[in-house]
Amino acid sequence: MTAVVEKLTPKDFSSDQEVRWCPGCGDYSILKQVQTILPDLGRPKEEFVFISGIGCSSRFPYYMDTFGMHSIHGRANAIATGLKATRPELSVWVISGDGDSMSIGGNHFIHMLRRNPDINLLVFNNQIYGLTKGQYSPTSEQGKVTKSTPMGSIDYPFNPIALSLGADGTFVARTMDRDPKHQQAMIRRAYDHQGTSLVEIYQNCNVFNDGAFEIYTEKSSKKEQTLMMEHGKPLVFGENNDKGIKLDGFKPIIVDLNDSSVNDLWIHDEEDLVKATILSRFYDDPAKGDHFPRPFGVFYVNNHKDTFDKLFNDQMAYAKEKLGKGDLDKLIAGKETWVVN
Amino acid sequence: MTAITDKDLESVVIRFAGDSGDGMQLTGTQFTNATALHGNDLATFPDFPAEIRAPLGTLAGVSGFQIHFGSTQINTPGDQSDVLVAMNVAAFKVNIKNLKKGGVIILNSDGFDSKNLRLANVPEDQNPINDGSLTDYDVKLVDVTKITRAALADSGMTTKEIDRCKNMFVLGLVYWMYHRPIENTLEFLRTKFKKNEAVMNANIKVLNAGWNYGETTEMFANRYTIAPAKMESGVYRGIMGNQAAALGLISASVKSGLPLFYGTYPITPASDILHDLSKYKNFDIKTYQAEDEIAGICAAIGAAFGGHLAVTGSSGPGIALKGEAIGLATMLELPLVILNIQRAGPSTGMPTKTEQADLNQAMFGRNGECPVVVLAAQSPSDCFTLAYEACKIALQHMIPVFFLSDGYIANGAEPWKFPNSADLEPINVSFAKERAATDDKFMPYFRDEKLSRPWAIPGTKGLEHRIGGIEKQNVTGNISYDAANHELMTHLRQEKVDKVADFIPLQTIDSGEESGDLLLLGWGGTYGALRTATAQLIAEGYKVSHAQVRYINPFPKNLGEILGRFKTVVVPELNNGQLVKIIRDKYFVDAIPYNKIQGLPFMSHEVIAKIKQILD
Repeated sequence: MTAVVEKLTPKDFSSDQEVRWCPGCGDYSILKQVQTILPDLGRPKEEFVFISGIGCSSRFPYYMDTFGMHSIHGRANAIATGLKATRPELSVWVISGDGDSMSIGGNHFIHMLRRNPDINLLVFNNQIYGLTKGQYSPTSEQGKVTKSTPMGSIDYPFNPIALSLGADGTFVARTMDRDPKHQQAMIRRAYDHQGTSLVEIYQNCNVFNDGAFEIYTEKSSKKEQTLMMEHGKPLVFGENNDKGIKLDGFKPIIVDLNDSSVNDLWIHDEEDLVKATILSRFYDDPAKGDHFPRPFGVFYVNNHKDTFDKLFNDQMAYAKEKLGKGDLDKLIAGKETWVVN
Repeated sequence: MTAITDKDLESVVIRFAGDSGDGMQLTGTQFTNATALHGNDLATFPDFPAEIRAPLGTLAGVSGFQIHFGSTQINTPGDQSDVLVAMNVAAFKVNIKNLKKGGVIILNSDGFDSKNLRLANVPEDQNPINDGSLTDYDVKLVDVTKITRAALADSGMTTKEIDRCKNMFVLGLVYWMYHRPIENTLEFLRTKFKKNEAVMNANIKVLNAGWNYGETTEMFANRYTIAPAKMESGVYRGIMGNQAAALGLISASVKSGLPLFYGTYPITPASDILHDLSKYKNFDIKTYQAEDEIAGICAAIGAAFGGHLAVTGSSGPGIALKGEAIGLATMLELPLVILNIQRAGPSTGMPTKTEQADLNQAMFGRNGECPVVVLAAQSPSDCFTLAYEACKIALQHMIPVFFLSDGYIANGAEPWKFPNSADLEPINVSFAKERAATDDKFMPYFRDEKLSRPWAIPGTKGLEHRIGGIEKQNVTGNISYDAANHELMTHLRQEKVDKVADFIPLQTIDSGEESGDLLLLGWGGTYGALRTATAQLIAEGYKVSHAQVRYINPFPKNLGEILGRFKTVVVPELNNGQLVKIIRDKYFVDAIPYNKIQGLPFMSHEVIAKIKQILD
C-alpha cells in the first residue's frame, strides 16, 4: 500500500456520470455508504477497482470515480479473481445482485468463495429481477407472483448466507439498505477481512418488489423481527430487548428474558462455523407463525485461511526461487537437439 | 545363421497399434524422438480413442500412432503404412486396411487368442494368423507377451506389471529393424522411473530384449537404413503443435516483458497447453484452471485489464461458452488471445478426432457485429510462430485475436529448426502514463493511428475510468445509446481489425508457379497433405500451385490478386465448406469447395485424385 498524501472525500469517489437508478431505489444508500467508507481506508483512489456483472446493481461502477468494469451477466466474480490474482496489490470490489450472483453467476459465486481471493463482494439482494422489469429471482419467496409467474413461483429460494457458508466463505455478513451505520460497519469489516468477504445487502426495489424487507427495516417491526449479532455479545432482540436466543444442545430456542437470565443466552461467536450455520438457517418466512428473527451482522469470519492471491503469488515466487529466472533459449531448444550441416 | 542384409530406403511409414492401455502413444513418441535425433525428416499422427481405458481388447479401445520418416522432405504422416505393429486382433482389424499391399505386419501372437478374437468380434475360424488371409503381406509373428514375461520372470513383479512392459519389447525390435539410436529411450526410462528402480530395470531389460530378438532370431532377413534428410542447416528439435503453441506464448511474454496469464478449463485436445504452461512459473507464466470455460476467459479478461498478456484456450465446445466474453473483450478493446484447438463437432462431436469446422465460429460466432483477428497455424512448428504473432497483434492493436489449431497438428510432431529468441520480432508495449489533476481528463477511448485505445491499467494515478460491455461513446468511453455513435463504433471496431493487414506478411505461394491452371488454397493443418499432393501433381505435369492462408481475418492484402492469377481455385477443408464461402464472398471468385468431414486429415492421394478430376 502506498502512502496517501491527500485526504480524500466521498466526493472524490463520485464520477461525473448521472446516477440513473429509479428514485427511491435502495441502491442509492449503498452507493453513498461505499463512497463514505472509501476515504477512511487510507488508500489512493487509483488502487480501487469495482467490477460488476449485469443488473441494476451492476451500474454501480459507473458512478464511482475509480477504475471500474461493468462486465457481463454473472461473470464479475470470475473477472475479479483474474484481476486480483495478477494484481494482488489492488483493492478489488465486486458489485452484484441476487440474479447476477445466485442465478446466472451461481457457479462463479461459489467458486470464488471456495478459492478465497481477497475481494469484497457486495450482493444487493432485492429478491426480484429489476433491470428486466420484474421477474422472480432465485431469492424470491415461493409463491411469488411476478410477470413471469402469474400463478406464483414454484421455485424454492436460495438462502444466500447458507449458500456462502456451504461454499466455505471466510467472511459472511448481512446488512440492509435502510441502516446506513450498520451497512458502513459491515462494508468496513468486509474491506478489513483478508479473503473473500460476502456482504448480502437487503435492498428495496421500490418499483418491482416494494417493501420486501419492510418488516426488518421499519421502526415499528425492526426490533421484533431482526437479530443484530455482535461478536461476544448475547443474542438479544425484541421491542424492549426482552427476548433472546438460547441453545438447547444444537437446537436454538427463543426465550423470554422476563423469565430467563441473559447469562443463559447464546453468545455470538463469529468464528464458530457450526453456530454460524445454525444462524444462517434463521430464514423463516416472517408471515408464518412461529419464526426466528432474521439475523444481521457478521455470521462467520475465518481469519486463518490464506487468500487465493497469496497462494497464487507465493507459488510463483517459490518457482522463481527454486528454478531461477527462466532461460528462454534453453526452453525453446528443449532437451534434445541435433545439428544439420 | 542367415546373413541379415541392410537395405536403404527413402522413407517409411510405421503404424503402432494396440489397446489403449498398451502404451502405443509412448512407443510412438519414443520412436519419433529417436528418429528425429537420427536426422530424418518426419511427421506423426497419434490416433487415439477418447476413453482413457476403453474396454480391453475391443475395437473402440484401439490406440494408434503413425510415423512417416525419411531422407527426403516429409510433409504428412503418410497415407498408408509400410509397417503395421498390431498388439491384438482389434488393433489389427482397425488398421489392416491402411497397410500397403506387401507391407510388413508385426503381430503379437498372444493378442490373437480366443478371448481377443471374441472381443474384436472376429469368428474363431477367421483368425488372421492362420486363416490364410495375410498371404499378401510379410507377416512376422512374435510372442511379445510370452517373451516379455519370460524376460521378467525373476523380476518379482506381478504379471500385470510385467505386461505393461510389452511395448518396450516392440520398440526395441523396431529400433533394431531401422537402426535407431536406443540411448534417448534408455535416458527417458531412467528419468521416468527414477523413483522405482525395479520398473526402470524391467523396462530397460525388455527394450534390450526386443533389440536382441531382432538380432538373434532368423525371422528378419533385412534391416533398413534411412539416411538423414537433407534439411536446411541449423539446430533442430522435435516439436508437437501444442508444445509449440505454449512456447510461442511464453516467448511473447518474455519478449513483451509482460507476465502471461492463461485462464482455461481442461478440454481435449487443448489441455496439453495448460499442462505445459503450468511448468514454467519461473518465466512469470501464470496458469489458472477455472471452474468453467466462461470463468477461464473472464479471469483472463480481468488479467488483461490489469496489464498482463492474457490468454484463454479451449476447443470448439468451450469456445461456444466463451462467446459472450469474447464480445466483451471486443467492446473493452483489451488485448486477449483465444486459442481454439479444433476437434470434430458439433456439440461433443469426436473429441480426439481432428476437424477444421470452427472457422465460422471464430469469424462470426458472437452476437452483434463482433470482428476479431483470426490466425490459423499450418503445422506443429507453425503453432509457435502464430501463437507468438497472435500475442503480438493482440498487444499492439489492443484487440482479441483467435489462434486456430487442430487436433491433428496439436498432437502431431515434426522436426523444427527453432529460432533464437534474439531473432524474434520485438513486441513493444506501453501503458498509459499517470496524470496529474491539472492534466486534461483521461480519455480511455482516444485512438492512435492503429485505431487502438490506450492500455490504462488500474493502479495508475489519474487514469481512473470505467469500461464495460455497454456501447461506449468514442473517445470518452462513457455509456452511449446515441445512434450515430453506435454505427461509428461498429465501423471503428471493424476498421481496427482491417488495419492489422498493414502489419502482417503478404500471402506467398508455397509451391508451384505464381500463376497457372489451378490454385489449391488451404488453411490450417491440411498444409502437409496439400503440399505433398501439389508436388506430385507438378511432377506429373499439371500447372498446379498451393498457397496456405495463415492470416484469415484480415486476409493478407495481396490474396485477391493471387487468386486472380489462377484459372481455378480449389479450397480443400476438413469441414463442410467454410473458408470457401468467405473467399467467394470477399473476392467474388468461383472457388470450388473440396471437403472431408471424417475426423481424419486429408490423404495426399485423395487430394491428387480430386484435383485430377477437376482438371482432366
